[in-house]
Amino acid sequence: MAELNSDHESHKLGMHTEQLAGRTQQVFFSPSAEENFTYPDGINVDFAKETEFDAGSMEIRDVNRKLRELMKEGYGTITIRNPGAKHSLGVGILNRLNLNFDGSLGYFGCGLCDGPNIRISGRVGWSCAENMMAGTIVVEKNAGSTFGAAIRGGDLVCMGDVGSRTGIDQKGGTIIVGGRSGAFSGFMMQRGRMIILGDAGKNLGDSMYDGTIFVGGKIEDLGVDAIEGEITDTEVKWLEAKLGLYGLEAPNGVKNLTKIVAGKQLWNYDNLEPSEKKLVL
Amino acid sequence: MCGIAGLIHRGSSADIGSQMTSMLQALKHRGPDSTGFALYGQEPTKDYVMRFKVAEQEDLATGFDIHDEIKARMTTVDERLKELGVTIKNTEQVTEYALRYTFSHEGDLKRVIDFVEDIEGVEILSIGHALELIKDMGDATVVSEQYKLGGFNGTHAIGHTRMATESDVDIRSAHPYWAYPFNDVSVVHNGQLTNYWSNRRDLERRGHRFMSDCDSELIAVYIAHRIDEGDDLHTAMSRSVDMLDGVFTYLVATADSLGMAKDVMAAKPMVLYESDELIALASEEVAIRSIFPHEIDTFDPYEGEVRVWQS
Repeated sequence: MAELNSDHESHKLGMHTEQLAGRTQQVFFSPSAEENFTYPDGINVDFAKETEFDAGSMEIRDVNRKLRELMKEGYGTITIRNPGAKHSLGVGILNRLNLNFDGSLGYFGCGLCDGPNIRISGRVGWSCAENMMAGTIVVEKNAGSTFGAAIRGGDLVCMGDVGSRTGIDQKGGTIIVGGRSGAFSGFMMQRGRMIILGDAGKNLGDSMYDGTIFVGGKIEDLGVDAIEGEITDTEVKWLEAKLGLYGLEAPNGVKNLTKIVAGKQLWNYDNLEPSEKKLVL
Repeated sequence: MCGIAGLIHRGSSADIGSQMTSMLQALKHRGPDSTGFALYGQEPTKDYVMRFKVAEQEDLATGFDIHDEIKARMTTVDERLKELGVTIKNTEQVTEYALRYTFSHEGDLKRVIDFVEDIEGVEILSIGHALELIKDMGDATVVSEQYKLGGFNGTHAIGHTRMATESDVDIRSAHPYWAYPFNDVSVVHNGQLTNYWSNRRDLERRGHRFMSDCDSELIAVYIAHRIDEGDDLHTAMSRSVDMLDGVFTYLVATADSLGMAKDVMAAKPMVLYESDELIALASEEVAIRSIFPHEIDTFDPYEGEVRVWQS
């Protein structure tokens, strides 16, 4: 894995001010680190080699199997037509890939991914991109609840509205919501950043350990231990750059986004696992 | 887990029997124990339509005597209806234990209901001018074929595929629930209610009856109670969101409307498609897709949300 050092780009932007030590320290993704793509099931593909297939009459398992077969044949740009809101499509992709879904996905779409760039022209159901490690996923319409649960890296973008508990247990990466996000967004968030350009439902950031949430619209109310923070110049730069990547704009400019962080009154986030703590104490 | 679905045609009618069968079959993986339909006919009749059962499906395996008992119960139903001055227009025995009657009656309908349900093994599933409530063991296709629901023309419907978590696997505990004693009001629910028993005791003290030990029945009885107190459907449902504790998404249908409510945590799923012609809702989008061949825009209703649509 890439080594953490103070020269890392995100540190230049001043985005990590509460660096922890020991077991819980964050290790940053680096595109130059080849070891990030050495999974046993990772496949080398050629982005210029394109293909497509129709999933309309296929079973879920067959769609994912076909996708894997095409990657093994070296296809790096794949379009899947008529996904029909089926569940668990496009999961467990551990290599770079340009993947397009022409339609909507059901539950658990594109979960457990590490590296692909995915675009979904329709909507996604609950738990899209759960545990994503790296890559980008862009949803052009709406998304269901628990969008981006426990993601650790990458960019997860929904152009429309999202259900409740967005980014629950988020551990890294960036979640962007173009519209509204429901109740308990950022619940137990631990790392990473979330940008909600519309309104946020009640209990925003409830029991968050760390991480940052930016909101462009109204916040119904804040959860336990979530407080308002002051947006910095480096964050403004980062927000403009990040939103610009996806053709999005904050409703009143990024400087007027409301920044929410952990108050850390509940903070109990140290270096030791509970079993180790018993030994030490 | 359970799956629920609803649809309502605005200003028109369609083969809602086939449409709801497709939607519920797409949700089969959410609950294989039983399937239920509440279908609302195109033109409400002046006569009442009564769907009822005289035994559970599992009773048929209890011995030879049950077949004679079923016949005896059916005879007693007819005798009691005539005793109360009910004019039976048509009778249809759909299965050995499930029947459909149409009748007219000018007197106290609740008295009729209570008198019929006083017969051992008899439960009225629904009474109304538009509502026909069908529920049985098996998936949507099995129940739909058994009860010949394909071609049922109407304006709106709700349905349920059940995974039993709180009570038995039988017709009594299957959804939808009819909001006794109100004509044409039915409920389906996905979730668990944690203040079921305390509220059940309260409602029973007020004279309401429960036919099962299923927590979902509480919603039907509560909605019936609130309507009886003068609430309109939207108000009754809004009150329920505050009163009910637990996780839930439920649908209510009346003779001319369809309502949806979600708990304040939005812990149970619901996907909604809305157009000028049709509203379709389901626990999963795949159910809505089963009746739409083309691409559609859908979204999740939010926490604590209550919506009501008219046919």
